[in-house]
Amino acid sequence: MLETMLDALSLVCLIAAAGFSVAAGIGLLRFPDVLSRLHAATKPQIFGLLLVIAAISLHERSWLTLATLLPVFVFQALTSPVAAHMVGRAAYRTGQLDDESLVIDELAPAVERSDRLG
Amino acid sequence: MSMFHTIAAGIVIVGLALTAVAALIRIVRGPTILDRMVASDVLLTTLMLGVGSHMALTGRTENIPVMVSIAATAVLATIVVARYVRRRAVTASSVASPSNETKHTGNTGRGSGAENA
Repeated sequence: MLETMLDALSLVCLIAAAGFSVAAGIGLLRFPDVLSRLHAATKPQIFGLLLVIAAISLHERSWLTLATLLPVFVFQALTSPVAAHMVGRAAYRTGQLDDESLVIDELAPAVERSDRLG
Repeated sequence: MSMFHTIAAGIVIVGLALTAVAALIRIVRGPTILDRMVASDVLLTTLMLGVGSHMALTGRTENIPVMVSIAATAVLATIVVARYVRRRAVTASSVASPSNETKHTGNTGRGSGAENA
């Protein structure tokens, strides 16, 4: 009974991960500029990865599997924000973003001030 | 249970395939190289999700090293391309003509900021 429930929970996790992945894909297609596409692309995929790892662990039910899968999530959770930061910074510095889509640009005064000082 | 398993497998396959196709379309259509890098990142993460879903659906765990190596190295290409874009922008803004600078008034602050960085 418990095993059936855990298996069903693992399948539900997989379906949710696929749903988040589809959300990322739709956002990637329909959003207007780099920053919003970055927002749509990175966050649901990390959560989907967490859900897939949870699904594998619920299906296998062994500590060894969980211990070998944990580095996957740690690597991805450490490196994906770095990549997103680099892409966002490059997009801002090279002006490849839609100024009309910004509600507030808090970085522009800081860049201006640093230009004045040095 | 077996019925639910089959339906779940179908949903996962269709969803991940849709995401991969969306990422491929974004890679082809661009318009900038940063869009393409974001999309290729999504494609790689979708590959990881596919490998993991296969493991969870079939109960085979021999693909764990594949997931670990993809997760550890996926970030390198994005960082390299992001740095290349920044360098090229610095060169472009330092050789830009004055008429260009006045036309893109909103971008001059960013251009000189990139020179300082």
